[in-house]
Amino acid sequence: MRVLFKMTWIEIKLLAREPVTLVFSFALPVLVLVLLGGIFGHERMDTGAYAGVAMMDWYVPSYIGLVIASIGTVSLPVHLSAYRERGVLRRFRASGVSEAVLLGSQLLVSLGVACAGAISISVLGIVVYGAQMAVAPAEVALAYVVSTFCFVAIGVLLASLAPTARAAQSVGLLLWFVLLLVSGTSAPLDRLPSWMVSLGKALPLYHSVVSLVDPWIGRGTNWTQLAIVAAVGAVATLVTLRVFRWE
Amino acid sequence: MPPVIAAEHLQKRYKDFVAVADASFVVERGEIFGLLGSNGAGKTTSVECLQGLRHADGGTLRVLGLDPLTQARELRRRIGSQLQEAALPDHVRVWEALDLFSSITPGGRDWREVMEQWGLTDKRKASFHSLSGGQRQRLFVALALVNSPEVVFLDEMTTGLDPASRHVAWDLVRRVRDMGTTVVLVTHFMEEAERLCDRIAVMDAGRIVAEGTPQKLVSGHARYVTVMFSADAQDLTWLDAVPGVERVTRHGARVEVRGGGAVLAHVAAALVAHGIAPPDLRVEQPTLEDVFLTLTGHDMEE
Repeated sequence: MRVLFKMTWIEIKLLAREPVTLVFSFALPVLVLVLLGGIFGHERMDTGAYAGVAMMDWYVPSYIGLVIASIGTVSLPVHLSAYRERGVLRRFRASGVSEAVLLGSQLLVSLGVACAGAISISVLGIVVYGAQMAVAPAEVALAYVVSTFCFVAIGVLLASLAPTARAAQSVGLLLWFVLLLVSGTSAPLDRLPSWMVSLGKALPLYHSVVSLVDPWIGRGTNWTQLAIVAAVGAVATLVTLRVFRWE
Repeated sequence: MPPVIAAEHLQKRYKDFVAVADASFVVERGEIFGLLGSNGAGKTTSVECLQGLRHADGGTLRVLGLDPLTQARELRRRIGSQLQEAALPDHVRVWEALDLFSSITPGGRDWREVMEQWGLTDKRKASFHSLSGGQRQRLFVALALVNSPEVVFLDEMTTGLDPASRHVAWDLVRRVRDMGTTVVLVTHFMEEAERLCDRIAVMDAGRIVAEGTPQKLVSGHARYVTVMFSADAQDLTWLDAVPGVERVTRHGARVEVRGGGAVLAHVAAALVAHGIAPPDLRVEQPTLEDVFLTLTGHDMEE
């Protein structure tokens, strides 16, 4: 445990010393929220299960999901594959750093970054765009933890599969854009063609978003969606344990 | 007492390249054991297999009685590794790395002591990317020792160190051994092997071609010494008849006589008997470099 906390604390300090690494997972979703808020901010959903819900009430919790997805698709894979490429993982492994410590510290740091992102998005959405406060913050927090676990597992899996940090970045960005467009985190879901909605439902971010939105707007925990997110995370974890490479 | 390290018929291939063809050696407790060879001889691969960082394709390996593959976790607590190609995050500070690595194995030495010993205290707050090559090297050695290992693997430890720091590093490694740690030293640096190692295994093209103390290797494999002096005398053909002399070569006034161990005394006596007393008479002992050349047929750079 002591090693895990030391490693986590060092990783947090490293982020603080090089804050530019946070731009993607932290600043970009905030920026996109501002832009989308300007376009759709005063509308309501027209049709579907969320008809009548104000767009900003959908966007604010769903962008918490987007921050988490940014960590999992881009920041974490690039970070870990750069560590591997430069021999940092090799150094850690030779000194007896376990998988549990390495990946556990990444999970804790990601929870921290996602939490900071969630707070800034909520404040921005509520103060500037008049979105409603979360109706059930504790249940939103549960969805945030499960989603972070899921995307950290995906991130480590991508890092294991990517041959280089550059490859991780290209593939991750592509994946991030697809997720952004089809998961209800850009154009509202009710305006997407049905094939895009189907694609979105086949990917994890849509389910994270719904599991975050439902308790936020007062519909309570969506256990089905939460279970899907947790299952994706569990599968990604199991695959990662088989394919994770230190060098 | 079983040896600290026993490698029997170690083999390792990368696709169609044979890195280690067949290597067997033992390392005894408390010695500085050198693996000497040129680049690509298979030294690093061998020690990486011993540290459980690579899967050997064949052979039996035991380090501290443990199997490096199946008991890697326990092994890593008890060994120290200074890897040839490794890095730390750019912005991590010297003290943070030492603090982190020492926390992995509880009960080790105070990391501040190790930091002081390896001359890193002034740099304790410096980030990794700001360190010079030599400072990084010393940090890696310090990290390898911070868990008070029973065996420490040092792979090209003095690369990037200037001659003065190199001598300091050698003294420190001797001290590490004197404290009871067994040292496995991978090097392609002849002087380092000769001065520092208690025993050396010479590795070439994936095989161990000779093993022994530096003195034994030199006396066993380089049978000739060279006696050198200057002489103006025209006729020195009588030198060929002096006992022990194998070959005489002349470059103007400079004469080189190659021969067995006792040749110096015989040549000196014969010179005096012929009324020649060269003031620059000297003998050149064979070095490990000559042994290496004899054993492998190439010098270190090839």
